Amino acid sequence: MLELKNITKIYNPGEITEVCLFDNFNLSIKKGEFVSIVGSNGSGKTSLLNIICGSIPVEDGEVIISGKNINKIKDFRRYEHIGRVYQNPALGTCPELTILENMSLADNKGKRFGLSFAINRSRINFYKEQLSILGLGLEDKLDIKIGSLSGGQRQAVALVMATLTPLDFLILDEHTAALDPKTAEIIMELTDKVVREKQLTAMMVTHNLRYAVEYGSRLIMMDKGHIIMDKDGEEKKATKVDDILDIFTKISIECGN
Amino acid sequence: MNIVFDLCVSTLTQGLIYGLIAYGVYITYKILDFPDLTVDGSFPLGAAVTAVLLTSGADPFVTIPAAMIAGAVAGLATGIIHVKFNIRDLLSGIIVQTALFSINLKIGGSNLIIPREIDTIFTSGPVMALFGDLGLMYRKLIVALVIAVIIKIILDIYFKTKSGLLLRAVGDNSSLVTTLAKDSGNVKIVGLVIANALVAAAGCLVCHEQRAFSNTMGTGQVVFGLAAVIIGSTIFKRFGFVKGTTAAIVGAVIYKACIMIAITLGLDANLLNLVTAIMFLIILVMGNHNRKGKVKHHA
Repeated sequence: MLELKNITKIYNPGEITEVCLFDNFNLSIKKGEFVSIVGSNGSGKTSLLNIICGSIPVEDGEVIISGKNINKIKDFRRYEHIGRVYQNPALGTCPELTILENMSLADNKGKRFGLSFAINRSRINFYKEQLSILGLGLEDKLDIKIGSLSGGQRQAVALVMATLTPLDFLILDEHTAALDPKTAEIIMELTDKVVREKQLTAMMVTHNLRYAVEYGSRLIMMDKGHIIMDKDGEEKKATKVDDILDIFTKISIECGN
Repeated sequence: MNIVFDLCVSTLTQGLIYGLIAYGVYITYKILDFPDLTVDGSFPLGAAVTAVLLTSGADPFVTIPAAMIAGAVAGLATGIIHVKFNIRDLLSGIIVQTALFSINLKIGGSNLIIPREIDTIFTSGPVMALFGDLGLMYRKLIVALVIAVIIKIILDIYFKTKSGLLLRAVGDNSSLVTTLAKDSGNVKIVGLVIANALVAAAGCLVCHEQRAFSNTMGTGQVVFGLAAVIIGSTIFKRFGFVKGTTAAIVGAVIYKACIMIAITLGLDANLLNLVTAIMFLIILVMGNHNRKGKVKHHA
């Protein structure tokens, strides 16, 4: 499904501040996997997502999705098959547009944005149905601006929008980090539900070790650009928060934190 | 009394004609969040094209689309410089504005007067056939009103299309547009093209109205456009149902009215730009205040 082969990523190449983050990094993710990625700050989690999405270039190596090398494909083209929910709830929706307008935008992803009317009345029931999965009552507020919703509600809408059209791949970039614990819990449960129902292949970066253990089918821990733990299947199910917390503390001490 | 009424009519006409600039600035500044300085160049560009076409015997109504195409090309240039060459928004506009100063001189010279015997859109066949009984002043008002309303309706409809919705989305949150698999840069370019076509259309109408083109007529137009948009949106802030285009055109009329009142009260015309700048500063400070409130609201 997704393969990263021999990725080399150097920040500020040729300058005194040169930092080599990835040196021959390899990762392969199978179709239908829900991968949680944990690791300390600077371990390369977000860089990894940015490399997959084409937001930052790589010095060497290949990014392959569904057997196709996408190295030369521009970032916005990659999103034809990728959905992404950001850490910042403001990034996944348009605050000045209504929920209905936001949903219409998401619904038209991958199609032409021409001169036909943006809002298709016959799709409204479908939008309501999708929003009702959230259980937040947003399906009755289609005409209010997203900007007037709370961060958690916006993140919930962002999640629905990111998964409205068929996807190969869903990317969750610390998408519960900016939310209060209760809202984060709700969003996490919704994420799990959406990923299961739509049978998505997903990659989730999180700082919440419990989420990483409880959700998803595979768990990866990263440190300084390397994968230092990779568990899936039964092994993943048997993993406890304390197990990974121990390793996490060790690498943190090495870093001097 | 009659003089006051005449003054009102001519102020309203001015506001409606220059209001087309406000439509353009509404798109760039309000929707795209792009302070577009191309305006000071694309406005006289529209006028220059119009003046040359009129004096060479073209149909007056042909000058409007011709000016708009010229303005669109100017917007395209700014857009390409900004998006493809990665030049900052303000600088891209300044580059094109500077280039247009020479181009406008080449097209229309420093001044071009349209002789009395040449028909403008206010005196040509179809308008005379419909409103020939009215005085020139009222004909100007009617034509300006019709054009301003038609463009407003077209824009309002456009904002409801998929392309228009994407344009609004880019200014609001360009990273969302990227995740919709669309190049946000191209969408910005489309916005700049439309905006500068509208600004050039304003230049075209002003040229018809004044029967003259002058290479310096663009000075201060971007400030006028920004002021009009900000006045309009500040006034109608509390009325969510008022469309941005309506706010822009009303803002333009109010601005022109303020200037007219100031001059009538005996303001030295040489001080006009100083007064404009001070007024604009006051409006900006008010706008700043609002903007801060908005961010807080969203956070």
